[in-house]
Amino acid sequence: MIKTDILIIGAGPTGLFAVFEAGLLQLKCHLIDALPQAGGQCAEIYPKKPIYDIPGFPEVLAGDLVDNLMEQIKPFQPGFTLGERAETIEKLEDGTFIVTTNKGTKHQAPIVAIAGGLGSFEPRKPLLDNIEKFEDKGINYFIKDPEVYRNKKVVIAGGGDSALDWSIFLADVASEVSLVHRRNEFRGALDSVEKVQKLKNEGKINLITPAEIVSLNGNGVLQSVNILKTAEVQEQIELEVDHFIPLFGLSPKLGPIGDWGLEIEKNAIKVNTFDYQTNIPGIYAIGDVNTYPGKLKLILCGFHEATLMCQSAFQRIFPDKKYVMKYTTVGGVTGFDGSKKEAEKAVIKSID
Amino acid sequence: MSDVKIKIIDRDGVSHEVDAPTDMNMNIMELVRAYELAPEGTIGVCGGMAMCASCQCYVLSETELPAKSDDEDAMLAEAFYVKDNSRLGCQLHISEEMDGLEIELAPES
Repeated sequence: MIKTDILIIGAGPTGLFAVFEAGLLQLKCHLIDALPQAGGQCAEIYPKKPIYDIPGFPEVLAGDLVDNLMEQIKPFQPGFTLGERAETIEKLEDGTFIVTTNKGTKHQAPIVAIAGGLGSFEPRKPLLDNIEKFEDKGINYFIKDPEVYRNKKVVIAGGGDSALDWSIFLADVASEVSLVHRRNEFRGALDSVEKVQKLKNEGKINLITPAEIVSLNGNGVLQSVNILKTAEVQEQIELEVDHFIPLFGLSPKLGPIGDWGLEIEKNAIKVNTFDYQTNIPGIYAIGDVNTYPGKLKLILCGFHEATLMCQSAFQRIFPDKKYVMKYTTVGGVTGFDGSKKEAEKAVIKSID
Repeated sequence: MSDVKIKIIDRDGVSHEVDAPTDMNMNIMELVRAYELAPEGTIGVCGGMAMCASCQCYVLSETELPAKSDDEDAMLAEAFYVKDNSRLGCQLHISEEMDGLEIELAPES
């Protein structure tokens, strides 16, 4: 059981900044995210895109914003459960919550802050008959352990960075890698595209374009896929494979959080604008996942919401403690790791 | 600057004729959201960067539209339910030339 003060669901910019504000109040945080890395949409969808409305940053790349936030919260030593989706919540008699992930990891905290953005990212599945039947029986949407593919025949479908990168990686692991894409053009980092070109020339990647996988064959487990080549002359081929990895990106779904008994409106969680608490006391919702009159889905609004949420959480945990907000310029930042940052003292000295 | 009329068929097949402002720096995806013709969270997921295809629509009228950028073209190459008349709503900036445009939202995927 992982125990913490504030359990944050979602490690996007809002969730990450909440760690900082909680840390100033000496509250510890742990974050759960369905993606294998922190940063949410900023890291997963648009790391190389600039953002122009973060106060104090005329321009910052989404990926750099995440890196900066990770640096900013480092002194507060947040814990992470990554690659797992928060599945169920249970309220104990002492008022604390237990949140269990889809992999069974349990977390306990008196405060739960949902910073889930648009929801957890689920793979976009190609529209193929029987695809569900072969899931985990030859078809996977994520590559967790590349060793699974050692000396196997693998076909990857998709035209973006992840299709390119995994084709390159698996070219050295699998016995055969085929890459199927509807176009001859790929959208990815230049060096990935060039690397695939090189591996194709060397015969290490079997590039099948323009083409589309149209059906799946197998008895219990996947044995082959039918590929429709869509060049001037259409042609259907059957390719024997052990694994098919469709990489068509991810789409966010509110998912199990929608069944937690929280008031939902327009695919978002209703909160009050006093402390961003939901209809269940002790559960807060901050950032893009919440809604209230006048809501704007902006990172900067998420930061504000995270800050007010932490103040309220502090009072919930310590109802009798007297506390006044202190400026970091005055109080400095004292990390749980023993680090201390503070303003340099001015020198008071006479000038002759 | 004046509004133009745009006809949008939502994912339930219901047709809506809406006034679209040409002077608000808006695109078709944002127009659909402004009129709440698709539930929040099911359209414009990436915010309008041609990176998710949740705003894919089919162009039904003969309206002349700006050509697809490489980004839009590449995203549509990875999307589902794509037809010859598919476009990404977020890449269609509302202009006076769009008066009378008719589109249908592609299914959610």
